[in-house]
Amino acid sequence: MTNMPAEKSLDMDQYMDGVVAGKVPEPNTTEKDYRSNSLARLTMRRIFRQRNAIVGGIMLGLLILVAIFAPLIAPYDPEEVLIGKEEVSKRDSPCIHLLGCPEDQPQHILGIDGNVRDVFSRVIYGTRVSLFIGFTTVGFAIIVGTLLGAVGGFLGGWVDNIIMRFMDVLLAFPSLLLAIAIVSVLGRGLQNALLAIAIVTIPVYARVVRASVLSVKEQEFVSASRALGGGQFHILFLRILPNAIPPLIVQGTLGIATAILEAAALSFLGLGAQPPTPEWGTMLGSERNQVFTAPHLVFFPGLAIMITVLSFNLLGDGLRDAIDPRLKQ
Amino acid sequence: MIQYAIRRILLSIPVVFGILLVTFVLARSIPGDPCKAMLGEKASAEVCERFTREHGLDKPIYVQFLIYLKEISRGEFGMSIRFSRPVTQILIERLPTTIELGLTALVFATIVGIPMGVFSAVRRNSAIDVATMIGANTGVSMPVYWLGLMLAYLFALVLKDTPFWLPPSGRLSAGVVSIPFYEVFNLGLTKGAFSYQLADFFSNMLILNSIITGDWKVLGDAITHLILPSLALGTIPLSIIARMTRSSMLEVLRQDYIRTARAKGLFERIVILKHAFRNALLPIATIIGLQVGTLFAGAVLTESIFSIAGVGRMLFEAITARDFPIVQAFTVAIAVGYVAVNLIVDLSYVFIDPRIKLE
Repeated sequence: MTNMPAEKSLDMDQYMDGVVAGKVPEPNTTEKDYRSNSLARLTMRRIFRQRNAIVGGIMLGLLILVAIFAPLIAPYDPEEVLIGKEEVSKRDSPCIHLLGCPEDQPQHILGIDGNVRDVFSRVIYGTRVSLFIGFTTVGFAIIVGTLLGAVGGFLGGWVDNIIMRFMDVLLAFPSLLLAIAIVSVLGRGLQNALLAIAIVTIPVYARVVRASVLSVKEQEFVSASRALGGGQFHILFLRILPNAIPPLIVQGTLGIATAILEAAALSFLGLGAQPPTPEWGTMLGSERNQVFTAPHLVFFPGLAIMITVLSFNLLGDGLRDAIDPRLKQ
Repeated sequence: MIQYAIRRILLSIPVVFGILLVTFVLARSIPGDPCKAMLGEKASAEVCERFTREHGLDKPIYVQFLIYLKEISRGEFGMSIRFSRPVTQILIERLPTTIELGLTALVFATIVGIPMGVFSAVRRNSAIDVATMIGANTGVSMPVYWLGLMLAYLFALVLKDTPFWLPPSGRLSAGVVSIPFYEVFNLGLTKGAFSYQLADFFSNMLILNSIITGDWKVLGDAITHLILPSLALGTIPLSIIARMTRSSMLEVLRQDYIRTARAKGLFERIVILKHAFRNALLPIATIIGLQVGTLFAGAVLTESIFSIAGVGRMLFEAITARDFPIVQAFTVAIAVGYVAVNLIVDLSYVFIDPRIKLE
């Protein structure tokens, strides 16, 4: 070992300075400096400097807690019809005891829906459905998109051309319209809606991965790996693809926001989650004609969608600024 | 420039071809027998056989695709199953409405979004900047249809009996009729001719038509009916444009030539508008072009909420009713429009930034 690690030599300088000044430096600074400069730590520090990321992260954390503890938070079963069980009727306005609703009336803080169910419980359980939608669609799209983008970028030539032209075609359609068309082929329902949304978002991830693959595939460490006898598979998946992870995390977080918004739109149109599933878009869609008589039935599910989408958008924006400022558009 | 334009048009041919292919495949994969869908469940086997032969459905799939391409190149999109009318005719009725709605939404988004973004960037980290960015982040996270319903509730019900009341649905009030300009000026066009179809297309843009004919009552009515849908549809593009403008302006304001401009004593207003904004315009123009897709997708939802008879609502109804001649034609029209707008945006770079030479 002729080369001394950078941290070590720096420490020697400090040590010499200390000797000159008549002080001996603290013994464990070396280790501390070394740790604080690791990539993960630097990235974490950058993320924590982003106000957006912190706010979005906290909001998302709360939403995940709500989703996990939904049965504890929700006072009723989301699909329970309250006719005959309580003195409530169809589309009752919110009744909150703290705000002056008579104590003898059952409390329903977000009111009662058209099928005499507690809206608050439905909104709470809706968190589960929406987060599930967001993570599964984007997860699927990332896996397929990564494979397509990686293979295209790595092999190049006509394979790349065919894959990317097909991605261009998918991107030429406004995504919601394409999703509607795909659902009409596959049939209504949450599962098909998820598949449709996943399909229309694949091109985004394929492009991101392809760009990262192209940017590193000619670099020395790849050649080195090849010289050491690494196979194509080994080089692509263990040497090249890890470079695509940061942009994928950023795109994926922002993509979840879009996916939730689009899934809710499909459900609103009656193509996605079917009643009585407590899905926010479905809830909004089934009561849309009642907006003038019972606005709370439209307002709260929409607000829930907005808050969830906002949390992913903020987190994604913050992550982008921290991890990969080049992506900023 | 012209060379570049031609090359770009040639390059978009494969994409358009792909769009046609995908639409064709999707439309053919919609479950259900087209004969039964068109002639009813009770159509007999012989009738269906003849129907299949007449529509070329017995031919191999690639031959069917070629027939479809040939028809489209002649501008024929077939007959709608639900309405038994030529799809082209329906497109002429519906497309202008959506274009009008999309344009007003985009104009609203641009004339509000750009100043907001510029102001935020200039007063970086001020209360106004923070408020604008919170607003913009909330704006992109809102479901279009939710915003539309809430606006309808606010302006049509809560503000009823105030001067701020706005109609929650439709394109014109009952009793208000828009007379096409070719009838007002007695142009004597023959029905069915291309010139008639073209005139019909433009006369279906109610605002444009009423300006041409000078019918101010229709104009006012058409505009008041368009305010809420445009607000709903324009909010997401508005937020995106404001954010883009802000970040692009911040980038430019850091440059040395801005410091030079200030150093030589120019008014701040001139530095911002002439020196900074012009140079920040390129990414803003790109993002505005990309909003066209958002607008078309949003039109499906907005039109269905505000009961506007446009392309988006029609397309959605056609998909659910398995009216695939309409599905094919409308999807192609929208996707090709999207490709065309992005081409125009690319070409406009030359005018925005004279340093760019497209080759």
